[in-house]
Amino acid sequence: MEFAIRAEGLVKTFGTTRALDGVDLVARTGTVLGVLGPNGAGKTTAVRILATLLRPDGGRAQVGGLDVVRDAGAVRAAIGLTGQYAAVDEMLTGTENLVMIGRLLGLPRPAAKARAAELLAGFSLTDAGGRAAGTYSGGMRRRLDLAASLVGRPGVLFLDEPTTGLDPHSRGELWDVVRGLVADGVTVLLTTQYLEEADQLADEIAVIDHGRVIAGGTPDQLKAQVGGQTLELRPARPAELPQVRAVLAAVSGREPELSPTGLLSVPARDDSVMPAVVARLTDAGLVAGELALRGSSLDEVFLTLTGHREPATDEPNDTMKVGV
Amino acid sequence: MATVTLRAQAPARRVGLLAGLEHTATLAWRNLVQIKHNPMELMDLSIQPVMFLLLFTYVFGGQMSGSTHAYLQFALAGIIVQNGLFATLNTAVGLNNDIQKGVFDRLRSLPIARSAPLAGRVAADLLKQVWSMALMLGLGLALGFRPGAGVLGVLGATLLMVVFALAMSWLSVLIGMLASSPEKVQMMAFVVMFPLTFSSSAFVSPATMPGWMQAWVKVNPVTALVDAMRALLNGGPLAASLTHSLLWAAALAAVFFPLALRAYQGRA
Repeated sequence: MEFAIRAEGLVKTFGTTRALDGVDLVARTGTVLGVLGPNGAGKTTAVRILATLLRPDGGRAQVGGLDVVRDAGAVRAAIGLTGQYAAVDEMLTGTENLVMIGRLLGLPRPAAKARAAELLAGFSLTDAGGRAAGTYSGGMRRRLDLAASLVGRPGVLFLDEPTTGLDPHSRGELWDVVRGLVADGVTVLLTTQYLEEADQLADEIAVIDHGRVIAGGTPDQLKAQVGGQTLELRPARPAELPQVRAVLAAVSGREPELSPTGLLSVPARDDSVMPAVVARLTDAGLVAGELALRGSSLDEVFLTLTGHREPATDEPNDTMKVGV
Repeated sequence: MATVTLRAQAPARRVGLLAGLEHTATLAWRNLVQIKHNPMELMDLSIQPVMFLLLFTYVFGGQMSGSTHAYLQFALAGIIVQNGLFATLNTAVGLNNDIQKGVFDRLRSLPIARSAPLAGRVAADLLKQVWSMALMLGLGLALGFRPGAGVLGVLGATLLMVVFALAMSWLSVLIGMLASSPEKVQMMAFVVMFPLTFSSSAFVSPATMPGWMQAWVKVNPVTALVDAMRALLNGGPLAASLTHSLLWAAALAAVFFPLALRAYQGRA
């Protein structure tokens, strides 16, 4: 099966709100599809439809080759779901939570216990296995939640904002878990508000806004859509700003943008821009205090596509600083 | 990291009856084993009934009936009914909690019988109901209560309470599905259940109440249930009150079972 997830024209309305307005999504088997979008874009609604929790008003979707409406029962046997809230029973221990799921999936009690122990060990929760989940930290609870969705060894995993509210360390741990699952052949659909998360994990990204997919492709393709790289320059002597600005404009053919902190930036379409700028500055006797070539981040992609910046953005980590 | 493999087999689309019962049993187990880790629940189930029984008997008893012993004999049925009706709201609180916390979604994303999350909850709550009732009866006996209708009467009373609680639990399910938070459900318990249970024959003879109140008490379903329970526990004429309370249970179930199920399937 080439595509583990395939949705066409999904529509869902709640009252007068059109939560999904014809959404297409595909995920190749064994890859991560990142669904990126702001709050209220329709990400969770799409996941709930694919996980059989909600019936679409229009369109259709297949998970593992099975129709999510007609074959809902079989779809449920093939998927794991980790929702936005760590959906663990706080009054049961970690072990009991996992044993319960195992029993519900038809495992005999000893097998359910063995599977629980295996998963607890895999998620570094063995020591906490006998404690009520209510006493767990946020990161531990998320890990238990993820473990619970893996009891049945699902081939397709839905992760709805799995790291929202987690500290950077716990987030990194969860990313590693996702990478491990994908290495084992699991297909993952991950919704996120964090551009960095989509960049780190997703093979393909679908950007959703107002219930529509407004862009799609690999992270690199998306970044390329917005334009190559950006050259950033801060004059060493603020008085030279007009001259430096003129140099940048001459080389790039575009009027530079000036940030409130005094940083000038222009798009750098090709590799010749940087050496040309350096040469011109040297000729004119101007000094750059800070000069950098930066790949466009998904952050900018998002801004360009949706017209609004996400609150939860992280520093782009593909900055290449060049000292002059 | 645990190995994860693609699952190839396509399981049966519909869940068989036996599997459905197993799912229900597992989810009932879940709701019972929680008690181990949550002392508050033990309090609800054990300490509250005991507290009410002791307070009513020893605070009001002397004034009401001349002796605590005589009042216990009269009021035990009423105290059991009040406690039992309050306890039906635990179903609403538990369901609502599961919905808010996302546990409900997790369960519904599993290949289990659609009815199991609901049936498991209701079954567990009925077992808790029996536990509380047994505790109150045991304590009552220790304090001098004498069941005038014997063992059969006690068993009959337990059965009647369970049947009535089951009928009430559909109202509770409906509240649980529709309420926006468990706190709202708790509030409702006080606003509705307190007046409903007190304005009945549970704690005092209606003959001492003003006329308008007597008129209400007569039609209050709680009165029918208390009178039937009292007849079963103490002895006395049973037929009218038993019929009356069973009709009420049937009416409650007839109204609220379909509504509750519709609300449940709306989510499911």
